[in-house]
Amino acid sequence: MKLMWFHLMPYTELPEDFREANPSVWVDIHSSLFDPKRAHLMYNDFMDELEYAAEVGFDAVCVNEHHSNGYGLMPSPNLIASSLARRTRDTAICVMGNSLALYNPPTRVAEEFAMIDCISGGRLIAGFPVGTPMDTCYAYGTNPSQLRQRYMEAHDLVIRAWTEKETFAFNGRFNQQRYVNIWPRPVQNPHPPIWVPGGGSVETWHWCAEMNYVYCYLSYYGYKAGRATMDGFWAEMDRLGKDRNPYQAGFLQFIGVAESRQQAFDLYGEAAEYFYGRCLHVDPKWATPPGYTSEGSQRAGIESQVKQAADSAVRGKSTGERFAAVARDMDAIVDNGYVIIGSPDEVAEQLREVATQLNVGHLMLLLQFGNMSKELTRYNTKLFAEQVMPKLKDVHASWTDHWWPKPMDVSQRAEIPAYMPKLAAE
Amino acid sequence: MSEFETLTVDVNGFPTRIWRKGSGPMLGFLAGYGGLPRWMPFLDELAKTRTLIVPSLPGFPGGDRGHTILDTHLDWLLAVRDTLDKAGLAGADLAASSVGASLAADVAALWPHMVRKLALIAPFGLFDEKNPPTDPWAQRGDAVPGLMCADPDIWKAMKAMPEGANSIEWPIEQVRANEAAARIFWPLGNTRIEKRLRLIKAPTLLLWGEQDKIMPRNYAEIFAKGITGPTTTKIVAGAGHLAEHDRPAEVAGEIVAFLS
Repeated sequence: MKLMWFHLMPYTELPEDFREANPSVWVDIHSSLFDPKRAHLMYNDFMDELEYAAEVGFDAVCVNEHHSNGYGLMPSPNLIASSLARRTRDTAICVMGNSLALYNPPTRVAEEFAMIDCISGGRLIAGFPVGTPMDTCYAYGTNPSQLRQRYMEAHDLVIRAWTEKETFAFNGRFNQQRYVNIWPRPVQNPHPPIWVPGGGSVETWHWCAEMNYVYCYLSYYGYKAGRATMDGFWAEMDRLGKDRNPYQAGFLQFIGVAESRQQAFDLYGEAAEYFYGRCLHVDPKWATPPGYTSEGSQRAGIESQVKQAADSAVRGKSTGERFAAVARDMDAIVDNGYVIIGSPDEVAEQLREVATQLNVGHLMLLLQFGNMSKELTRYNTKLFAEQVMPKLKDVHASWTDHWWPKPMDVSQRAEIPAYMPKLAAE
Repeated sequence: MSEFETLTVDVNGFPTRIWRKGSGPMLGFLAGYGGLPRWMPFLDELAKTRTLIVPSLPGFPGGDRGHTILDTHLDWLLAVRDTLDKAGLAGADLAASSVGASLAADVAALWPHMVRKLALIAPFGLFDEKNPPTDPWAQRGDAVPGLMCADPDIWKAMKAMPEGANSIEWPIEQVRANEAAARIFWPLGNTRIEKRLRLIKAPTLLLWGEQDKIMPRNYAEIFAKGITGPTTTKIVAGAGHLAEHDRPAEVAGEIVAFLS
């Protein structure tokens, strides 16, 4: 199976009384809390961490897109990805992803992803999220009633821009371009693999199944809460008569590895409580722009609540609504399975169970979260790579991953000179 | 009270509800934010002296999912015009509230023959940076009733599920009403109607709830100044944004007096 190292790039110095003193970590988080000189250090630490993860053998490094957000400092994940393309060699680069409807014109996504694919020699995974309400409707002002229609149209435009050989006119409902002809074109043929992060809507399961895209559930609530959502995806795949190839699924999981469970609890408690306490503090007024949640998902949500189904806490709920119900102390965080902690053996055992039970071939792991220091992140990452990773390599070994990047042959790829800081004496 | 007829017409392929009650000269009414999920006392007041015709707008209760195919403001205005035509309201008096009032004003501007006299209750459509409208789509759920009506219980009663209604579809229909308003007015409520007000030649009554917490009351002056036809402005005491629900008799009384 594939083990991927995911960074959200949280601002690590939100004040202790952040929850009490501020309405929201997202949309209207106050600018006075942001110190650009501290952020300089954070960004560089985070990029070091991603590079380190590649160096110790993770299959991919992952970045994502958020706007006006105190726990996600990547309005443009593509900027980070382009740097990673130079500073890593064989690791896949997963941009999870670009919220298609926010790019005007959406061919910008086709262009920038093609650039990253060229620079990296074909190592890009192209993520196409719709984006959260906070990012899309509030921070970017996109009409919630048109968001999904715009997303679908932008998707069609990007695919055509990648695959059509001749200059073409695009005559869409929302986008009209007389001359579409992107330069550069992606290395991967016909285009980089497409992964779609979804929140558990029936329509997204169906669409991923039909389009043969990877469905990813990027939840912050761990494998216990994620089970119902992934079961829903596989039920839809079954219904459509598709293979249960685990590589058509991805799942996000927080991890804290140490010598023992108690040590992990002590080491990672502060960072976990920082994330679930301060980073997920979103004003409920940003939760439900009308039209963001499709009527199909609203219907499923109401039915699920009526039946008190296992997924009633998440089904038909928006990101903000889920945040509001989250547990915030380390005991509950661990009990609920938000963060998997333990010795390498214990973590490996739990992840094997997650990968098997949820039938997921791509685990996107958060080994940095909250205000975790660079040192602790490095420790977590190294211990995982050395002592957990080898124990999981055999999981799903009988399946082929059709959704992994197909890079250029190493012999054809550019020589990237190693980074050599000038010595002060020179 | 409240014996009204329900008709259905086709607008852009979507079944659209038309309510009709009373006798006398025809008067149309276009609902405000949230639409009309049920018949309201204000409609009885208007129907006392008029043939009242209440067409639903696309996406609002009674308007099915007609909003989903309307992408531009021109799409919306054509749909509203078509709805008024099919409701038999071409050339009649037209009263409208809030989001509906903005569309009614636009129809009167673009197609002057469609509207004889116009009564607008706190219309959407403007945005003044120094004095912005309240964002109705960024609110905690429990704040909405008190923003829409001076008496929050009036909004709650209007939105409460009636006995025997479909418990799944009813709440979805109420969200759809908010979505339809968002589809027209997101994110600021600014349709640049200010540029078109000069085209309104119809005599126009501007009504504003004294306690309107959504639309700043001095927007009435911008409408009054911009509209070419003669305008009258009245402030309704004890009323919020949807003044017609807070003070049905007073608001209907002002409208009927103005039209006579």
